[in-house]
Amino acid sequence: MTKFACPDCAYIYDENKGAAHEGYPAGTLWTQLPEDFPCPDCFVRDKPDFIALTDVN
Amino acid sequence: MSNKFEPNSPTAARSNTPTDKSAWIAIKKYCYALSLVVLILPMLSAYYAVNNNNGLWLWLTFAFVYVGITLLDKIFGDDDANPCEAMVEEIKHQAYYKYLLYIAVPMLWLSVFVLAYVVSQYAWSWFNFLGAALSAGVLAASGVNLGHEMGHKVNDQGQQLATKLALALSGYGHFAIEHNKGHHKDVATPEDPASSRMGESIYKFVRREIPGAFCRAKALEAARLKRLAKSEWSLHNEIVQNGLITVTAYSLLLVFFGPLMFPFLAVVVAYGYWALSCANYIEHYGLLRQKATNGRYERCLPQHSWNSNHKVSNLFLLHLQRHSDHHAHPTRPYQVLRDYNNVPKLHAGYPWMYILALFPPIWFSIMDPKVAEWAHGDMHKVNMDPETKDVLFKRYHHSAL
Repeated sequence: MTKFACPDCAYIYDENKGAAHEGYPAGTLWTQLPEDFPCPDCFVRDKPDFIALTDVN
Repeated sequence: MSNKFEPNSPTAARSNTPTDKSAWIAIKKYCYALSLVVLILPMLSAYYAVNNNNGLWLWLTFAFVYVGITLLDKIFGDDDANPCEAMVEEIKHQAYYKYLLYIAVPMLWLSVFVLAYVVSQYAWSWFNFLGAALSAGVLAASGVNLGHEMGHKVNDQGQQLATKLALALSGYGHFAIEHNKGHHKDVATPEDPASSRMGESIYKFVRREIPGAFCRAKALEAARLKRLAKSEWSLHNEIVQNGLITVTAYSLLLVFFGPLMFPFLAVVVAYGYWALSCANYIEHYGLLRQKATNGRYERCLPQHSWNSNHKVSNLFLLHLQRHSDHHAHPTRPYQVLRDYNNVPKLHAGYPWMYILALFPPIWFSIMDPKVAEWAHGDMHKVNMDPETKDVLFKRYHHSAL
């Protein structure tokens, strides 16, 4: 699974965890997120801004 | 004309060396407690009004916010201290700063209850009743400010709960959703109902902002609940949750203090909404983010918010006025928000700017040239009211170059 970091607030999208409160359950792949997916912490960076971190699988 | 603003270039926060200003920043920690004064004043003023049988005391809080804070801003001037990076790390997570907010929320409600008690149990003229109701309105506005600060800390359950309680006073329960997910995303664009346009009076702005903000919050929450396969019309809806807190609290006030609470709460809600509209009006007036060729707006930079670095009003408002840093980095806690050199600056603190906004000709005469200067005279780079576009282009386009 891959992780993606918000370049502003350091939030990390972890596919294992998803973003449950925003309606993206654990296991939601990055590719399944819409293009306008905003950072669920700061909401000022969108999916295209995020930086891929590591491949743990 | 001086080349003060660079609309499209990144701006770095001014940085102090680790020792520079650190003494003030250490003292400032305790000065934030001044923000509680506005929450205590209504109780004190109610006490003096009853004791001296003089209802004019009930105006004290309202007068203090607009006259007192403005005068104190004049006396104490700007706050030139920014915490250095080491200090940011030190104070960012200090619980003290959060506890100050936790103390403020119940104090807010206590103060409203005291005012409600005093207006309902003693006979006052309608004028002095209005003073008390507006003072309670100031408390509602303070609640929005507290809710604004805490509402951004989305991973802190305590702050999220306190946000709900703080926002419930003004009946602005949709604020946290609207502000975080709506306003911050669309700020300084024509699409944002909470960003004012050059040439738009505050009276025109509120008619666009208040319904626009509510509709946006409702749509955002509906979309979230749809993804969760839950009904929009259920207790899962956070706008409904917050609305129920308001209804419960207002019902209790009505039960305890009688029908006089109808006009009292009407003023509280109206003033709470108005104060937020004032803040939104002055915070991004005319500023515009540019669209890239791929159709996306540039990310929000410090130069897309009007900043006000006045020392006293910033202490009372918990650095809300360091708005440039707030919008560039919305999750930064209030104690580590910084001032910038090259950002558009308001010449006074918020209370005085709110008063100026009431008089559109004065507001336009002060702010329109500043917007033109910010845009280097290129009015295509300004968020402009379409109805005044022709006049403003004629007057300002390239005139500031």
